Amino acid sequence: MAGLHKSEFANPVINWVDSRLPIFTMMQKEYGVFPTPKNFNYFWNFGALAMVCLMVMIMTGIFLAMNYQPNADLAFGSVQHIMRDVNYGWLIRYVHQNGASMFFIVTYIHIFRGIYYGSYKAPRELLWMLGVAILLLMMATAFMGYVLPWGQMSYWGATVITNLFSAFPVVGKYIVTLLWGGFSVDQPTLNRFFALHYLLPFVLVGVIFLHVAALHIVGSNNPLGIDVKSPQDTVPFHPYYTIKDSVGVCVFLMIWAAFVCFAPNMLGDPNNFIPANPLQTPADIVPEWYFLPYYAILRSVPNKLLGVCMMFGSLLLLLVLPWLDTSKVRSARFRPIFRKVVWLWVLSFVVLGICGAHKPEGVWVILSRVATLYYFAHLLVILPILGKIERPLPLPESISNPVVARSAVIAALVAAFFGLSAMQTARAEMAEAPMPEQKWSFQGIFGTIDMASAQRGFQVYKEVCSACHSMKYMHYRDLAGLGLNEDQIKAIAASVTVPQGLNDQGEPKEGPGTPASQFRSAVR
Amino acid sequence: MAESTAASTTDSHGGHPADPSKRDMLALIASAGAAVLGGGIAWDLIASMNPAKDVLALSSVEVDLAPIAANMGIVVSWQGKPIFVRHRTAEEVKAAQSVALSELPDPAPDSARVKDGHSEWLVLVGICTHLGCIPLGNKPSDQRGEYGGYFCPCHGSQYDTSGRIRKGPAPLNLAVPPYAFESNTKIKIG
Repeated sequence: MAGLHKSEFANPVINWVDSRLPIFTMMQKEYGVFPTPKNFNYFWNFGALAMVCLMVMIMTGIFLAMNYQPNADLAFGSVQHIMRDVNYGWLIRYVHQNGASMFFIVTYIHIFRGIYYGSYKAPRELLWMLGVAILLLMMATAFMGYVLPWGQMSYWGATVITNLFSAFPVVGKYIVTLLWGGFSVDQPTLNRFFALHYLLPFVLVGVIFLHVAALHIVGSNNPLGIDVKSPQDTVPFHPYYTIKDSVGVCVFLMIWAAFVCFAPNMLGDPNNFIPANPLQTPADIVPEWYFLPYYAILRSVPNKLLGVCMMFGSLLLLLVLPWLDTSKVRSARFRPIFRKVVWLWVLSFVVLGICGAHKPEGVWVILSRVATLYYFAHLLVILPILGKIERPLPLPESISNPVVARSAVIAALVAAFFGLSAMQTARAEMAEAPMPEQKWSFQGIFGTIDMASAQRGFQVYKEVCSACHSMKYMHYRDLAGLGLNEDQIKAIAASVTVPQGLNDQGEPKEGPGTPASQFRSAVR
Repeated sequence: MAESTAASTTDSHGGHPADPSKRDMLALIASAGAAVLGGGIAWDLIASMNPAKDVLALSSVEVDLAPIAANMGIVVSWQGKPIFVRHRTAEEVKAAQSVALSELPDPAPDSARVKDGHSEWLVLVGICTHLGCIPLGNKPSDQRGEYGGYFCPCHGSQYDTSGRIRKGPAPLNLAVPPYAFESNTKIKIG
């Protein structure tokens, strides 16, 4: 029949589908036999890791959205509902929350690979620019996602960042009002952020499709930075890189699982456990760690508009990186000066991150200015000049020639880990002197909760703390977690009066509580 | 690091084509592992759609029968549905027990619709089995139909003192929810 694709598959069902919509042929071509340079190192895993990360984020996000309430009065409670009541809700939420951090770690390393090995150079300029677009979309998505739990940091982070747009002359104020849908961050803002947060990941999928398509036109770069000269330089993507990527995915999932299972809130801010209060600003408004470098650039200069322009500029300038770097040689392996200078740029990024976690006072101001200066100087001055004056090492003839092994991966990962923990310590140290060590029964992997002690703690709460502190996000049935049995819980619940609908006259009536009732205390 | 990756079938492990190779074993373990991981993820995600703990906590309701005098009925909410709890009079009980099963569109003896020793208590799901309206008959001022039980105003279905359909378009008796007596004056529905 005319118009059918000539499918090569033996299986009749696959052949039937493939001849009408050649997805199997496409998969075979793009991910089966696709000739890939045979000298990839593990840096080349990170694109695949980012894709896996995005898929998991979309899946967990969809199931979270089934239980989340995008309403200023209900949002915080709905997240608690997910954590406590929804089956596996705690797991889905922690995977999603830590997945955001994992997505950025993986993407930053993926970008570093591009920078180090010159993957942004001709003919991959558009591929690189699509990548910058992906980074911007990721940042928008992450920012809006962080607002959704409606904690103190969610609310105030949203206020600070949306207020940035007021820096623009003449139209600034109107842009901000448009973003807010009101006169401050409030219900309309939350609702639209939820809608957009659900939407953008699918836009991201589209841009990533273009990103991979663009890659498959020009083919991948490789650690030597030289073009593939013959099929001997390549191996088919399957099974070599499907397996190698699988190894990387396993390690990646293990690290992600380690965060989810052992330190789910390590990368977060404790302030976000406080419900949003528009009348009280936290002592320090700090974004999530992956935004810290840009936050530092924003605050490095005293002028509001200049700070905003520099922050956006630091990202938009990346778009023209292929033209800023004048070197004809791609890979840093053969660029002796660039190879050292690029680590200075990584260092400036990490230093900016640490500065972003501190209040802009004292040494942090100077440090952030120096690092910002270097960041822009590297892009606008050093790279253009370096390409012209640097004497590159002689390039090997082809990929198939033997090459000296390098371990830049380990160095990069060590640098990243150091930077990450430094940023984290910076956040922690902003509090007062560290607390004295305690020996808790629940410490360590084999720790257990001392139920008697916990029950006494609840008694103290009931008699003392409940005068000012409510537990309204929990229910009496949750007391089972303290080791209380059903009768004890019923008795505790029955000792309080809770609203119980309307009486026969249509007036609100009250009655003794049940295990299903929310905790009642003097403070709502 | 560049070891030979020859895909030869006569490798040093001494296998001839009939033996499963190490490669096949690894592929099997890897696919099985991936399947377990995928299954686990899918299970957790889909299980999260099952009723959450707060919904389950509301899945049973205790009703105190002491305030309900004879010839009185109340309506309680259970799992989002109205439940009729009625304290029948002796006449109503006798009338329910003396109906021949052949007269009933949906035959069921009264004894099967109440609990042993508590035949004066009638607990029914107050949803008409025709198209789902809530029948009248709980309040003393309500119409009760010809059989002295419940009357559905939507399409005229009439139920007797045991909540069984007698006349009208409804096909089945009013449903009896799962319930049990915790004491003489308290039942737990669900």
